[in-house]
Amino acid sequence: MSPEPAALKFVSSNRRVREDRRFVAGHGRYVADIVLDGMLHVALVPSQHPAAKILAIDTSAALKMPGVVHVLTGDDLVKAVDPLMNGLDTPKVRRFPLAVGQVRYAGEWVVAVVAETRAQAEDAAEKVRVTYEPLPYVIDGEEAATDASPKVHPEHGTNVLLDKTFVWGDVEKHFAESPRHLSFRVVWGRNSTVPIETFGVVARWDAWREMLDVWASIQMPKYPDQIARALRIPANNVRVHQDVDVGGSYGVKRGIKQTVLVSHLSRILNRPVRLIEDRLENMRAGDAHGPERTFDVEIAFNDEGIVKSMKMKALDNVGAYAGRSPFQLGKPVGAIVGPYKIESVQYRAMAVLSNKAAQEAVRGFGQSPTNYAIEAAIDKVAAAVGVDRIEIRRRNFIRSHEFPYLIPSGTHYDSGDYHTVVSKVLASADYEVLVKERDALRASGVMAGIGVAACLEPSGGNSSFEPLLNEKNTTSTWMDSCRINIDGLGFVTVTIHTTSAGQGHETLAATVVGEVLEIDPDLIRIVRPDSLACLPSNSPVGSRMAIMLGGACYHAAEKLKAKLKRIGAHQFGLSADDVVYAQGGVSDPGSNKTLSWAELVNIGHRQFHALPAGMEPGLETTHVMQVPTGTKLPENGRVQMYPCHSFEFHLVLLTFDPEIAKPEIRKYVIGHDCGVVINPHIVKGMTLGGIAHGIGAALLEEFSYDSEGQLLTQSFMDYLLPSSHEVPNVEIVHHCTPSPFTVFGQKGSGESGYLGSPAAISGAINDAVSPLGISFSRLPIRIAAISDAIAAVKNKQAEDYA
Amino acid sequence: MEVTLKVNGRLCSADVEPRKTLLDAIREDLALPGSHAGCEHGVCGACTVLLDGEPVRSCLMFAVQADGYEITTIEGLAPAPGELNVVQDAFCETHGLQCGYCTPGMILTGHALLQRTTEPTREEIVEAISGNICRCTGYGQIVEAIEFAGERLRKANAPRDLKGAGANQPQVDPSAETDAPQEGVLKAAEADTPHGDRP
Repeated sequence: MSPEPAALKFVSSNRRVREDRRFVAGHGRYVADIVLDGMLHVALVPSQHPAAKILAIDTSAALKMPGVVHVLTGDDLVKAVDPLMNGLDTPKVRRFPLAVGQVRYAGEWVVAVVAETRAQAEDAAEKVRVTYEPLPYVIDGEEAATDASPKVHPEHGTNVLLDKTFVWGDVEKHFAESPRHLSFRVVWGRNSTVPIETFGVVARWDAWREMLDVWASIQMPKYPDQIARALRIPANNVRVHQDVDVGGSYGVKRGIKQTVLVSHLSRILNRPVRLIEDRLENMRAGDAHGPERTFDVEIAFNDEGIVKSMKMKALDNVGAYAGRSPFQLGKPVGAIVGPYKIESVQYRAMAVLSNKAAQEAVRGFGQSPTNYAIEAAIDKVAAAVGVDRIEIRRRNFIRSHEFPYLIPSGTHYDSGDYHTVVSKVLASADYEVLVKERDALRASGVMAGIGVAACLEPSGGNSSFEPLLNEKNTTSTWMDSCRINIDGLGFVTVTIHTTSAGQGHETLAATVVGEVLEIDPDLIRIVRPDSLACLPSNSPVGSRMAIMLGGACYHAAEKLKAKLKRIGAHQFGLSADDVVYAQGGVSDPGSNKTLSWAELVNIGHRQFHALPAGMEPGLETTHVMQVPTGTKLPENGRVQMYPCHSFEFHLVLLTFDPEIAKPEIRKYVIGHDCGVVINPHIVKGMTLGGIAHGIGAALLEEFSYDSEGQLLTQSFMDYLLPSSHEVPNVEIVHHCTPSPFTVFGQKGSGESGYLGSPAAISGAINDAVSPLGISFSRLPIRIAAISDAIAAVKNKQAEDYA
Repeated sequence: MEVTLKVNGRLCSADVEPRKTLLDAIREDLALPGSHAGCEHGVCGACTVLLDGEPVRSCLMFAVQADGYEITTIEGLAPAPGELNVVQDAFCETHGLQCGYCTPGMILTGHALLQRTTEPTREEIVEAISGNICRCTGYGQIVEAIEFAGERLRKANAPRDLKGAGANQPQVDPSAETDAPQEGVLKAAEADTPHGDRP
């Protein structure tokens, strides 16, 4: 028998998630739980108009209200702060926390009222009188892109923020050579992940220490830097406290404008100031909205359904300002062909301003909409050549022996075995029986459909889309870090350098360090220093922490283990290569002598005379980790985007009554391969939660605006979130193809489920209505849309009959 | 105005505006921050507390309306600091949460259900928690947690499974043969095995 690789003791085992204990007891520490002496509260006056000039603001009545301390307008604020960071090279699209001179969407914050209590601030906000002169506005993204449309930022000269066309490979030749073509449009409605906790921030400026302390419900890379820049203060005057539990984020909690606003207020009022958005503020003008994207796709393929080339135009309606959102068109470049061997791609990415709320980052950073468009294409090719939708995917999949596989846009996929995952799912679900069940349901008069989706989750969160879309940006690292200290009594403390929003980073770090040092993870303390005491981190974005924090912890622990081995070897008069480390002790295999953990700790902390020459005392190591594969800037529009690529395959059976048309998901099976799993509970939760988000995106959730530019879905009565009734029991089929680029073979899983479920559900609905000769090409596919479409077909049939 | 609330078995007085919600009073005046504000319009359930054992939305109720009820918040479930009750422990066992924000409401809702029945069907669990929105988990591990807590509660006071006898059956020692009394054994079994310590 060949020797097995060393078994993992803690990694991949079903250990409890250590964070859970405090949360189940109601002892999380969220931003709204932070109460400082003398703290003031903010309420905001929103714009009623989608576009209007601000002619005058009368704050006199508000200032006379009980408890009111200050009323701030955009004109006052702009004197003291710089515009918020704009990732693209569009300097004239300026954004401030409050509207300056002009409002650009309904709900935009115009005036901030500060009072002793939130209730008093709200009362006074009603007394602020703003005089507007309404301006022309534009809501639709395509219309906004035309020259004739009203300009959201007239100084910028156009509503187009970004219009970049990439051509990877011989697209025209491949189209000319391919016997069959098809083209279509699909639309991804404006939705997002809408955490149950809104965004909140508390800021306290201390003029005597020249220190701004910030507590926030935040998930934002370079957050302290952005605050410092906007406030024009040194970055080491900003101290962000990372020991704040974030009540859900999934990408959206960006919080820069809110933080700059309350920080400025604290600075001028010399008191702590907090803003906890209420749901209305959050839905209308918080960092709440996600991508809203129109895809025009052309596909070139042959009679066997092998796809040769694709042209994709993605137009994203990013709303009134450029935040992180235009970059969400860039990230999917790293998986632009999905799991398929498409040889060439033309990709046109357009980010267009409109008079809607500004978009922010959402789980997957634009990948889920793109996957929806790719999967719609594959379904259409299958229908065109008359081949089963699963067979067509198998024909086009990259083969397992072809990894690392270079896609046309310049990214190497690390590893995968797509055919095996699909086979396992079909076996688990008993696909043939499922098809019979669908057909039997149809025969009984019920609408029934099967949907499938295969897609990738790029993970490891590099930021290569920034230099790809903005040549002035030369970012080629998106590092993360870990520091480990063994104290004088031998206890281990690990620092991580970011906030968490339920991803279980404390469990991750303890598991990995415990694995390497061979000590019980439950004995390891995890702490989060404030940002001034932190090593570099880029926050838990881009499905990166298993890879990047896990990797940093691994390497820091390996350094520490190497130091312990050197100390032990020195006592034995041996070199470090000649001793063995096991369970915290170092032994000499020749003499069988062992130095225990306690002895090594004692030497490290107290016996400088016993340390090898040149070694620093103490037992502390750090590691700042570069993203695997992240070695260079984009070249010729090609870039290695993320290092790892998890795979998922969804299989759904859903039914609905032809008249009521409320979809019921009868079966949901997902095959999931994210390499080596660090904690199975966490990965399972991410996958199931991601599918629930996908169900919302596919069937329920949309930030809808009317033709007057008013947001129609601004509460949970209209913006519908999936409840336990809408989310079915999901069966997960596991597969593990380790990544060759990570320490344990792990890949990311923070976006799993969400990246394919909208495509699969949409496919199932389209399969269900296919006997009627109709299909849906716009998400969400709401109940009314289905029943109306079916009714229209039936009316037409009745007319034709008559 | 002055209001006296009985929260987690303790009587607390607070001076609140009549318009103040029960949620805000619990969080701000009683310093119990485990109940969370989510939507503040009665949809998400993050603010759920128990009123005489029944889950209610504390954001939809004024503090002054809660006078005279037994209020239970998440802080009232743990038997001692650092010690979890069965439902809380079950949520840890199945990882029935991620960010923890909806969790107090979810656990109180699950707890209330399990007070009614320790053997809820999956449909009953789904129905019970359908007023509590969770954006992290997709509910799967929450349903598992409540099922698991029910199982533990059912077993918590069940006697040992002795020589093949089920939990609710008379524990008749087969070796006792005809000596084992068939009548009245249930009463005896509550405290003891039949025949005491006879070999």
